[in-house]
Amino acid sequence: MTKVLFSDDHEYVKIEDGIGTVGITDYAQKALGDVVYVELPKVGDSVEKGGQAGVVESVKSASEIYSPVTGEIVEINEALTDDPALVNSDPQGAAWFYKIKIANDDELGSLKDEGAYNDYIAGL
Amino acid sequence: MEPAQKNDPELHKTPLWALHVSLGARMVPFAGYDMPVQYDGMGVLKEHIHTRTAAGLFDVSHMGQAVLSAENADPARALEKIVPGDIAGLKPGQMRYTLLLNDDGGIIDDLMVTRWDGNTLFLVVNAACKDKDFAYIRKAIGGETKLEYLADRALLALQGPKAEDVLKVFFPAVTDMVFMTAIKAEYKGHECFVSRSGYTGEDGFEISVPENFAEDFAKELLAQEGVKAIGLGARDSLRLEAGLCLYGHDLDDETTPVEAALKWTVPKRRREEGGFAGAEKILKQFKEGTSRLRVGIKPEGRAPIRENTELFAEDGAKVGVITSGGFGPTFDAPVAMGYVDAAHAKAGTKLHALLRGTKRPCEVAAMPFVPQSYKK
Repeated sequence: MTKVLFSDDHEYVKIEDGIGTVGITDYAQKALGDVVYVELPKVGDSVEKGGQAGVVESVKSASEIYSPVTGEIVEINEALTDDPALVNSDPQGAAWFYKIKIANDDELGSLKDEGAYNDYIAGL
Repeated sequence: MEPAQKNDPELHKTPLWALHVSLGARMVPFAGYDMPVQYDGMGVLKEHIHTRTAAGLFDVSHMGQAVLSAENADPARALEKIVPGDIAGLKPGQMRYTLLLNDDGGIIDDLMVTRWDGNTLFLVVNAACKDKDFAYIRKAIGGETKLEYLADRALLALQGPKAEDVLKVFFPAVTDMVFMTAIKAEYKGHECFVSRSGYTGEDGFEISVPENFAEDFAKELLAQEGVKAIGLGARDSLRLEAGLCLYGHDLDDETTPVEAALKWTVPKRRREEGGFAGAEKILKQFKEGTSRLRVGIKPEGRAPIRENTELFAEDGAKVGVITSGGFGPTFDAPVAMGYVDAAHAKAGTKLHALLRGTKRPCEVAAMPFVPQSYKK
């Protein structure tokens, strides 16, 4: 079964069979504005929870992507290199950033489920 | 991510603040004002392209408008003591981009000066600089001139290829105006100052109106076909593509007009006569050159290179820094400007930027990145 969790930094991770698919939320893409460039990690990179795993740039500014989980990058979404605007049009679908082999399930407890995340952004 | 916008009582509001909010603007603090950075349903990219293809309406009421006058005398002669431009030579209705200089030739601000008549000049200065500028002008030439801050006027900019078609409905005389000229004209009984100028590289106008008429006038403009409200985000990407400087980033009080590649703002008469603040240093730089120069920088690839990113020569030596950088929606690639050592300032020079620890190739490029389309 797929489970979707969210970080306070507005990344989501969709978890299936120990693999997490990571991207930024709709709230995040709206706050960023038009995305013109995405820098992805490399397959094989190890990233820590809360560590930098990429950069997303709008016309105006650059924002770092922090990995919501620790693990090894197993796949990246090359489509974002050619069409960064996907992040605006389908952030929680086609515009995933990378897939990561989750190293430590215990970390997931500190992330929010969808209801808690929606409450969190409503208070921002 | 930044938190959601709160109503900050510390910030000034322009006369169009309520209109921005009603149009779904995302408001941000800028130069002490609560200003629209982009609008719902548009965004920086669409707003930028709209301005280059139709007409964009900008609220620039945060900028400082003032009248400089002298009794029975031309205030231009006094003003020329602190700016290097030819102000005395302006005919009524002509305007000029010039620079307010300190005694070391550093740029205190960049500004527009319009001559209304033999005794009156109209100044428009940057929002963040207005208190400093007005204090400096009064201190330097207050004995022989009078400076009146027009705090009760709003300033709108209508920019883009459809700007003339839109504005001639309100002010028929604009069809006879060329770039860098201005008129006073009435609309619905309100005295307006209309200039053919702007900060986008496009043809367009800036219109100074009484603050109590600003919202009605802006609504009338927005009701015209092809006009959309444009925020500060697109204003910045438009001016950067046009190669225009942003004070506090590309210009500051330790940078001279020669270093800023603004030699054209010091015409022949002023170079021959001198007699302006910092003239000794600036005229020496005209003869001998400077150690650094403002240049355009075109990054290779798609990654924007932003302010404060350091630049290096092919041999690895640090040769400069980016002062403005981002993505050019019309250029459809990243664009930047910055300062480099004079030996590396020639267009075509290969450099690299150190971006998040990675070397990114870039090249010194001629500006503007997008051709200017002024009505000459």
